[in-house]
Amino acid sequence: MKKIRKIEEIFFRSMALMSSILIIFALGLIIFSIIKKGFPALSWEMVSQTPKGGFYFGKEGGILNAIVGSLFLATGATFLALIIGLPVALYINVYLIKRVKLVNSIRFLLDVLWGVPSIVYGAFGFAVMIYFGLKTSLLAGIVVVTLFIIPIMVRAMDESLKLVPRGLLESASSLGATKTEIAFRVFLRQSFPALITATLLSFGRAIGDAAAVMFTAGFTDSIPQSLGQQSATLPLSIFFQLSSPIEEVKNRAYAAALVLTVIILIISILSRFLTKRFKKNIIKF
Amino acid sequence: MSKKAQLYRTFKDKINSYWMLIWLILVVLTPFLIGFGLFYKSSLIFEEHSLTNLLFSTQWKPLAGKFGFYPFIVSSLLITILAVLISGPICLLAAINLTQYAKSFILKIMQPVIDILAGIPSVIYGVWGIIFVVPFISEDIAPLFGIETSGYNIFSAAIVLSIMIIPFILNILIDVFKAIPEALTEAALSLGATHWQTIKKVLLKKAFPGIISAFSLGISRAFGETIAVLMVAGNITKVPTNIFDAGYPLPALIANNYGEMLSVPLYDSALMLAALLLFIIVLIFNLFSRITIARFEKNM
Repeated sequence: MKKIRKIEEIFFRSMALMSSILIIFALGLIIFSIIKKGFPALSWEMVSQTPKGGFYFGKEGGILNAIVGSLFLATGATFLALIIGLPVALYINVYLIKRVKLVNSIRFLLDVLWGVPSIVYGAFGFAVMIYFGLKTSLLAGIVVVTLFIIPIMVRAMDESLKLVPRGLLESASSLGATKTEIAFRVFLRQSFPALITATLLSFGRAIGDAAAVMFTAGFTDSIPQSLGQQSATLPLSIFFQLSSPIEEVKNRAYAAALVLTVIILIISILSRFLTKRFKKNIIKF
Repeated sequence: MSKKAQLYRTFKDKINSYWMLIWLILVVLTPFLIGFGLFYKSSLIFEEHSLTNLLFSTQWKPLAGKFGFYPFIVSSLLITILAVLISGPICLLAAINLTQYAKSFILKIMQPVIDILAGIPSVIYGVWGIIFVVPFISEDIAPLFGIETSGYNIFSAAIVLSIMIIPFILNILIDVFKAIPEALTEAALSLGATHWQTIKKVLLKKAFPGIISAFSLGISRAFGETIAVLMVAGNITKVPTNIFDAGYPLPALIANNYGEMLSVPLYDSALMLAALLLFIIVLIFNLFSRITIARFEKNM
């Protein structure tokens, strides 16, 4: 009996350890596969030129249109989401702090909203655009992606704002600060590192999204000059090139996938680094 | 401070509180707007087809005016269930390892790993699926069962998805296990139970609602995933009979056909209905998950 228990213990213990290692291994495998396939096809031409004639048949050109398009789109959407999301997160945590039930239902709703797949946002955006007779454009893409990342941003910010000690709010209040001042001068500053992380997280979501922009931002071989023009995006560029039967074009899709992966990894490292750096501005208790 | 400055500050505070409230209301209204918009656009199709007909007919011929969602719903369900079946046990064991057994260095590696897995875009998972999973299934796994397949099938899609949903399931499971009072496990240990017995008899029992919640969040994530699944599922309009058959999940249907939907009557309405179905199914699982976890936390 004792022996069986011991064997069981060892067996499950090693299974549990294996599972953790398996997850780490899976991430390693994904990154390794992308680098292995993408690196040989990567060239300066790829990241510095827009598609030339016959690009999709394996001729010259690069994916600069998609890289710049994605950066425009993600920056625009993150900016808009920040303008809307930050005040909302602050409002929940400063103005509504006494209405616990209401705040909890708002959090609940945002959590649910977080789970809505991006293609639903895309289809909704598309339906609205048809209704108003609008064409696909960079602006439409930005608006839909903004809607998509707002819940992510608000909830991520909210998670850190709710950790700000109540005493800080009370002491600021007792010194005569208005709620606006408490929100933007005290709370904003106190959670600054986490707010940056939340913003970068949303940026990463925005740049990696394909399903919502597919319907709304369109696709073009040139770099968009205005908000009204269509815009290419990296995920879609990868997707389209990969569905080509031509080997050359496929290889470039792998290279584009490597570019996108590197961007995402940079964002992830940057957010870790910045969090550490800005931590010193926080009042400690 | 002068009285004027004082007034200005209170005024500013009032104004700010108004527009912040308006934005909050807008954000809160979005899901209702989405639901209403999709319902409005898809309502046209109900004038000619009944809901049961749409959901259970296997005929998908938009040009002939036949819109049966059955093959797509079955594909979506199969892929999602399989993905959670693969991912669930691995996440459960990993969460046990991380919260009960692990030394701190694994914990330190694991947090960034989970974050990066959550951050990798869907399309990258799709590319990986094509590079690695598809050939692996068609060359190594399927021959074991004596089956010939291109590798673009339900099984491949489920494997890719199973990795994509790991961060969502694992993060919740870790929180759930951490929420369980240590006194409980310590009591069991002091009575002479082995570590695993404690986990099996105390921890897993206590955490059961939390585990269900984590899995249903995984389901809701997996159900709506689009691009990665679209790239490896095969996309053939046929009711799949086994996991080595190609599947055509709902999100892929929407993504593949939105371009031509405006030229065929009722086609756009049908695709919006697909989006609405997706929205509702994901919401149900998500709601279920959030309610279960909220109850669980309350009981702790």
